[in-house]
Order: sequence, then structure tokens, then C-alpha cells
Amino acid sequence: MTALLEVRGLRTAFPSASGPLPVVDGVSFDLNRGEVLALVGESGSGKSMSALSAMRLVPKPGRVVAGSVKLDGEELLDLPVTEMRKVRGGRMGMIFQEPMTCLNPVVRVGTQVVEAIQLHEPLSTVDARARALELFAEVGIPDPDQRLDAYPHQLSGGLKQRVMIAMALSTRPEILIADEPTTALDVTVQAQILSLLRDLQQRLDAAILLITHDLGIVNELADRVAVMYAGRLVEVADREALLSDPRHPYTQGLLRSIPALATPGEPLPEIAGVVPSPEQWPAGCRFSTRCPKRIERCDAEFPEETAPNEGRRVWCHVQDAPAAGEGA
Amino acid sequence: MMGLAPHILSNLVVLALLVGLFGLSRWVRRRRIWLESAHAIWQRRRLAIVVIAAYLSIALLDSVAWVGGVPEGVADVLPNQSLSVLDRLFLDTREASYSAPFAGVEWTGGAELRHPGSHVLGTDILGRDVLYLALKGARVALLIGGLTSLIAIPLALLFGVTAGYFGGRFDDFVFFLISTLASMPGLLLLIALIMALGKGTFSVCLALGVTGWVGFCRLSRAETLKLRELDYVEAARALGVSEIRIIFRHVLPNLAHLIVITFVLTFSGLVLSEAVLSWLGIGVDGSWGQMIDGARNELSRDPIIWWNIGAAGAALFGLILAVNSVGDAIRDVLDPRTARTSE
Repeated sequence: MTALLEVRGLRTAFPSASGPLPVVDGVSFDLNRGEVLALVGESGSGKSMSALSAMRLVPKPGRVVAGSVKLDGEELLDLPVTEMRKVRGGRMGMIFQEPMTCLNPVVRVGTQVVEAIQLHEPLSTVDARARALELFAEVGIPDPDQRLDAYPHQLSGGLKQRVMIAMALSTRPEILIADEPTTALDVTVQAQILSLLRDLQQRLDAAILLITHDLGIVNELADRVAVMYAGRLVEVADREALLSDPRHPYTQGLLRSIPALATPGEPLPEIAGVVPSPEQWPAGCRFSTRCPKRIERCDAEFPEETAPNEGRRVWCHVQDAPAAGEGA
Repeated sequence: MMGLAPHILSNLVVLALLVGLFGLSRWVRRRRIWLESAHAIWQRRRLAIVVIAAYLSIALLDSVAWVGGVPEGVADVLPNQSLSVLDRLFLDTREASYSAPFAGVEWTGGAELRHPGSHVLGTDILGRDVLYLALKGARVALLIGGLTSLIAIPLALLFGVTAGYFGGRFDDFVFFLISTLASMPGLLLLIALIMALGKGTFSVCLALGVTGWVGFCRLSRAETLKLRELDYVEAARALGVSEIRIIFRHVLPNLAHLIVITFVLTFSGLVLSEAVLSWLGIGVDGSWGQMIDGARNELSRDPIIWWNIGAAGAALFGLILAVNSVGDAIRDVLDPRTARTSE
């Protein structure tokens, strides 16, 4: 069975004074039907840009320079703009990080949902409104009838995110891209939105591409995890395998620095330094500048993909010698 | 509209304006944001709004015109001339005398006034009633302000919004155009344009519009640059909304307050510019600017002839003051950057 969304060798670059900077550099992954794939990484690792590239929404002057994105076998990168518009919102929905600013402040939320529905389906306004009402109830908005006529500023952050989810689900998309859907919400609301997403995903049998930097959310929601660092994938594995047995030093570092997993009384381990900006990426392994297990080879060549076991892909020269509990 | 007589066209314009005003008021009544804003503006500037309404109704009365119906024996009326309501009100001004009631003296010969009170504000040197001329000027002023804004603002929006939204080459071109226009002395450009287009209300408005759109174009471009980066524009794109629809649905409505503010604030500036143009001899016939220009030399007479320039100046002053004051109130209410103290 082929995957629903097949991303191969995706490269997205932004022009700069010193030539194009590939913020996404050769990323490949599959998203299967009914699966939740989490793209994990620090800020600037290229996880959001990968998702935007798949939707062909890379902000100018950036551009997808190579690779392929296939939705059900159909190449999206070659699709004419009008066809692509039908895919966006039709077969692929997207929800964003900031529900506060993702709704037009001068239009009632109901009208915005109605317009989103009518964009892809030839429904009358009355029918579309009835549909919007159903959607509002479905995503758990209390008093959906009244909320339809509210302006965005009259709703709380959690409600707005629910409206965004309703809008993204209005056309029953096969893929839902959730770009840090809970980052801007407070913790109790985060939990509600996560359980809503899981619930909807199971009910609608949609695939979710979840972009996050929070491994707690990964644990809640994801089936498989792809870890990104500096524009490249470093490790892909099933959730269980990745969380219990991380192979890449970066994944290990990420897991060690989760407060709940750290040893009480000890300082919280961190990965020293920050993600280098694209101009400063090292020639070999991108993580070599911060890696605790760096060997000489890491500076010179980028590690090849290895598949130590079923369903796992790792890009690292030293993964065969897993470091047990060091520093933790 | 070649086949239409000017007075019929002007009647149609009045009709369209009234229908438009009615439609606008109904539209405003249905949108809570605009209804509240309109209410707040009314609360703040009642007097100024009444003054503007008075000017507007005078201008409308001067625009509704028809031919005939003139009693026999009225002096100086051509048989087939169309006359507005305002013209008809002043038809029976009897013999003209170069005087004003306040002056108390008739100029020619220094004798007593022959018709005291028949010309409330006196007459000008040609014997035309000053009050009549001042009232007639309202239509010209509103026409200049309105028509020019109608030319300048859509032009500015068209270039500003598309340049800001799409960026790239077109943006470079528009910015080059703006910079070029802004680097020329405005008055010289105006004079050159009017010389090229010929005199007349429309060409003056066109010239004022062409020179006046630059500022708002820059503003709307900058605002669009900001708006297009907003999350809800990106969210709309992710929903598959087309670019044109994003502009009309998400960019323009969020520029609406700017459009209203700019319209009101440029309006008064345009009326004043026309006065300057009239002073240079290239203004619009029947404007206050021309009255002021015509009365300039009279100021040196003894006793001083002040009522002419006084009436035109006061009429101009009243309109500009009222419009500016309402404009300030509109900006306070609509512009999110001016902090609201209440609420």
C-alpha cells in the first residue's frame, strides 16, 4: 500500500547574499492513512517550512527547489495553481499556532466558516450555515448557535482554535496539518484541544501531520515521530520505539531535557548551544557542532540513512554505541 | 454622456447621491462596528456635522435644476437657461448696488443705500449678490473635494494594495512612480497638468487627483504589506482562497477605517488647494477661491470693500473647520492606534 502523502527529497530554499539557503534540505517521509505523524524539532529546524512546502505555501521569496510531494500518487508540486487551491482546504486542511490572529477580526466567525465551506462545495448559504452549526457542535463549541454570530474577539483562545479546527474540517480533508496547534493556549485548554484532535482523527479517519516541539504532545497523540534538526531529518521511528530507545544523540538530548523525566535535585540537562542558522551549518552532520558523541567523521560527511530495525530510520555515524544514561 | 444636457446629468447625480446616502445609512445600521462608530462621532461633533449637512443641502439645492418656469421680465435670464433651486431663490434681486448693509453706504457716489436689505451681504463690483455667490460656491467646493477623492482614493488603493500584496516587480514600479511624483513640486505639476488638460471642473479635479493620490497610495501599500503577513491571510490561503478574494475579503475591509479617515482629511485639503489654484487663475468657475481672487484688489478701496472676500473666506473657513473637526473625531473613533480612554 502506498502512503497517502509521500514526501521525497524535499528542498526549500530562501535566496540570500551568499546563494540560496536550504532551510529544508532533502526531507523524505510518508504519511499513511489514519496515522498521526509528528514532526519534532527546535525552532528553526525547518519543521513548519516542510509542512508549508507540502501545501505549496512557502512565504516569498522562499521556494521549493527540489523534491516531490505526492498526495495519493498525484504530484502536488506540478499542479496548476487553481487545482492546488482545491487541494488546500479541500483534501488538506491546516490549523495554525495562533488562533488569536488566524481569524479575520472584522468578520463573524460563522460567516468565515460558511465561506470556507462554500469555497469547496456548491452549497447555499442556508445549507452551509447548517453545516457550520454541525461542525461547531462536533468540535465541542458550547451554544454553537450563538457562537456562529460572534466576532473573533468575543471568543476565548480555546474556542477560536476550535473554530479553526471546524473550518479546517469543513470539507472532511484526508490530511490535517496541525502547526503547533496548542502552543499558544494555556495548559488545561491544550489538553482539551489534544483530546479533541485525537477524537476527531479517529472518528473521521483522517491523517494528521502534527508539528510540535513538545514531546509531551507527541506522547499524547502521535503514532510515528520524525525528528528534524537544521533542515534535515535525523531520526524517524514509531512513538514507542523513539521515546523508549532513541538512537540519535539529538533525540536522546531532547528526551533528557524533559523536566518530568530528569532526576530531581540535578540541574536539568540541556543540549548546549542553539540551532545554527543556515549560513553556519557545518559541512558534515548538521548536529556535529553540538553533539556530545562527535567523532572525526561527523565533521566531514553527512551520515547516510540507516535502518537499524523495522520502521526506524536514523542518520548518524555513531548510533551503534548508544550512550546509557550519561549526564542524566 | 454627450446626449444629456448638463442640468439633467446633475439632477441624476443628485439622485444617485441621495440613493447612495440612503443605502449607506442602511448598511451602517446593519453593521454594529460602523453603527457604534457613527454614533460616537455624532456624540462628539454634533455642530460640525450639522454644518456639513447644511453645506451639503445647499449644494444639493444648487444641483437640482430645470429649464423654464421663470416669470416674465426677470432681468438677465436667458430663455433656455436651466436654473437650479438656489438660482430661483435669488431671481428677484432687484437693481444691483455695490454695497453691503453693514457698510451703510452705496459705493457709487457715496449716497445712501437705495435698496437696504435687498442684498443681505451686498454685491460685488459686477452687481452680483455676494450671498448668492457664496452659497453657489458650496457646490463647487464639495464637487472638487468629492470628485477628486473619487479619483484619487481608488487610484491609490488600486496601486497601493496590489503593489503591497503582490510585491516583486510591480511593487518596484509603483514605488518608483510614487517617488517620482513625490519628488516634483506639487504646485508646478498641478499647473502643468491643468495647462495640458485645459480648464474646467473635471480637469482640475483630475489634476488634483493625480497629484494627490501618492500619500494614500504609500499608506495603503504599507498597510497591505502588514496585512498580507497576518496569520488569517495565511490561514485563508491554506483554505484555498484565491488571491483576489483575499484582497477583497481580508485586506480591503481592514483598510476601511483608513479609507474613511483619508477621505475626510484630504477633502478639506483639496478644497483649499482649489483656492490656491484660483488665486493663480486656473481654478474652477464659481468657486470661493475665485471670489477671493476677484475681491483681492477691492480691498485697497476706501471705504474698504470687505464683505466680498469676507463672505467667501467665511464660507470656506466654515466648511474646512467643520470637515476637519469631524475628520478628527472619525480618526479618534476608527483609528486603532489612537488610544480609546473609555471602554
